Formats: sequence, structure tokens, C-alpha cells
Amino acid sequence: MRKMISIGTRLIVAALFCAAPLPAHAAGVTPDALSYPGPAWSPYVVGAGIGVLSWLTFYFSDKPIGASSFYAQVAGFIGKLFAKRHTESLAYFKENPPRVGWEFVFVLATIAGGFLAAWTGGEFENAWLPPMWTARFGDSIALRAVVAAGGGVLMAFGARLAGGCTSGHGISGTMQLNVASWIAVVCFFIGGIAVAMPLFFL
Amino acid sequence: MIDPGQAVKTSSAELPSPVASPGKLIAGVIFGLAFGFLLQKGGVGKYHILLGQLLLQDWTVVKIMMTAVVVGMVGIFVLHHFAKVNLHIKPTKLGPNIIGGLLFGAGFALMGYCPGTGAAALGQGSWDALFGMAGLVAGSWLYAELSGTLKKSVEKWGDLGKLTLADALHIPRGVVVVALAVLLTAALVALERAYPR
Repeated sequence: MRKMISIGTRLIVAALFCAAPLPAHAAGVTPDALSYPGPAWSPYVVGAGIGVLSWLTFYFSDKPIGASSFYAQVAGFIGKLFAKRHTESLAYFKENPPRVGWEFVFVLATIAGGFLAAWTGGEFENAWLPPMWTARFGDSIALRAVVAAGGGVLMAFGARLAGGCTSGHGISGTMQLNVASWIAVVCFFIGGIAVAMPLFFL
Repeated sequence: MIDPGQAVKTSSAELPSPVASPGKLIAGVIFGLAFGFLLQKGGVGKYHILLGQLLLQDWTVVKIMMTAVVVGMVGIFVLHHFAKVNLHIKPTKLGPNIIGGLLFGAGFALMGYCPGTGAAALGQGSWDALFGMAGLVAGSWLYAELSGTLKKSVEKWGDLGKLTLADALHIPRGVVVVALAVLLTAALVALERAYPR
């Protein structure tokens, strides 16, 4: 396990500083994302669908589509379970007390929606590792777990700091001409490209 | 439920009870189902499509986002013009927007899913999304733990208040909406020619 963590740490460090060599399995083979199955539906149909869905959430629920606050609410619920007073004393939870609200059920339903789409389209994966990950980093689930969880920590922290995620800023905020969202989404891609490139091409 | 001419009743006006009203929750479930369904059908629950975007090989993510922005923007501003919806503008704070955005992007490349697409990926049976989601909860906690300090420091850097592109450019909102819709559509046409997938 310690070895796994050390590999994971090295991977994260390598990704962030583009320095240490990566445990590349397919050395010499350039990763090609397009060699894996594409989307079931046209991105324009899906994009337009999400656009129309935004009209509906604004009109019927007075809410923009967003996903990241769900995870903060789960964190708040867990925190209240173990350290109620401490959790309630934190500035973020004072302003955003965890509650089962619209955003909460929205993300839970997103999981179910993903299942329905995969099931109806015969695309249910039932897999612990994405094929493109395995081709590059091998079949250790522990390594994937450490990297994905570490990525999740960074991403949620960044989302809370920036005020939203790919949905809240990237789609809902940009479509409202929100300057914060346009800045954030450009930074999402700069940060993402800067880490993904060394992760797969070094 | 909609009062034209007046701002629509805001969600912040209601009492923060621990559980929202059944009507609100049912709406949230229906919209969430549709969102997850669309994300999975769009392929953005797939690790290789999301990473493919960050490696600049597969442009599905940008195509979906830009189409959603064009369609969503036109509809929202028409609805807003007739006082049917509220806008939800978040304050622009250069420091946290940029630093948080870069951290988010770095984490996105490592996790391979974002908060919304991770949920769709879990639904599609990509179980590694669970690790990422656990990380998202932990990262949210970390932020909350530091939120008192952050609010007094980083989150004050470059605070410009609630700002839209129309305000920043001193151009009427309608003009910005039309211009941006044309620009993004042209970009999509060019993108489709360069990267038909």
C-alpha cells in the first residue's frame, strides 16, 4: 500500500511539475483518445438539450444547473455526523448549511440518468478502470484510486474557491455572460491541459 | 407561479429548512435525470473523451459546452427580457476565480471526470468515479475547514462584484448575446471542420 501511495504521489508530482518519469506502460505509443468509442449522440444534440434544460431549470426551479455544491453538502452532512459543533462553526457551512435541496437531489438523479442512458444504449461499463487509463498506467486499481481521489480533492477545493464547476461556471455561468465564469472556464482548461499533457505524453 | 414585470421570487427568500419542499425536489429529480441522461449520451461520462479533450484530441466536450451556451444563453435572455426568469450572476473575484480555476483543471485531469460528469460516469458503471467522488467530498471539506481564512485573504483579491460581459465591455446586453451567439456558432462550424471526431 505504501508503494502504491508513493507511486500515486510521484504521479501527482510529475503531473504538476512535469519532472519525474512516469510509469508508462505503453512507452513509445502515443495515446490516442479517438481510438476508443465515441459518444452515442451528436454533441450538438446533447449541447442543445442541455441548453433547453437550462431554460427549464431557470423557469421552473429558479436555479442554474450546477453539480459541485452537492459534494460540499455531503461533506457537511458527514461532518455534522461526527463533529456537529465544529462543522456548524465553519464559515462555509454557516453560509451554506447542508440540506437536502434542489442541487442535492439533482446530482443524485444525474447518477440515475447516467445509468438510464448507458443501459438503454447498451453502454453500461461495469468496470473499475477506464481502458485509456489502463493502456497508459496499467491495471492497478489502487493507483487509479489514489490519483482519482487526489484529483477529486484538488478539483472540489478549486471549485469552491472559484465559485463553481464545469456545470455551474462552464455552462450556466458563461451563458449568463458572467465574467467570473468565463475566467474560470478558461482556467479550468489551462490547468487541465497543463496536467493532462505530461500525464499522457511525457 | 411566475409574476411578469417583477423579479421571480428568489430562492434565498425562503427559510432554510433542512429538506426542501416535495415540489422542488421532484423538479430537481426530473431535471437531474435529464442532465445525467444527456451527459452519458454525449459521451462525457467516458474517461477517454474527457481526457481526450484535455489532450486536444477529442473536441466533444467543447462542442457540447459551446452548443449548450449558445442555446441556453439565447433562451435565458429572452425569458429574462420578458421577466420570466431571474439571472444568477456570481461575483467576479479575479484571485479565487483564477487560482481556483487552475486547481480545478489540474484535479480534473487527474480524476478524469468533473463533478457532474463523474455522477453520470458512476451511473454508467465506471466505478472509478467513486474514488474521485470521495475525493470531491474530502476536498469540499478541506475548503470548508479553511473557508474562514480564505474569505479574509485569497477571496478578497481582485473583487469586482457581480459583473457581466455586457457591463465590462459597456455594450448593451442584447448586442453581446447576439454577437456571442454568432461568434460561438462560427467557432463550432470551424471546430467541426477541423475535428469531425
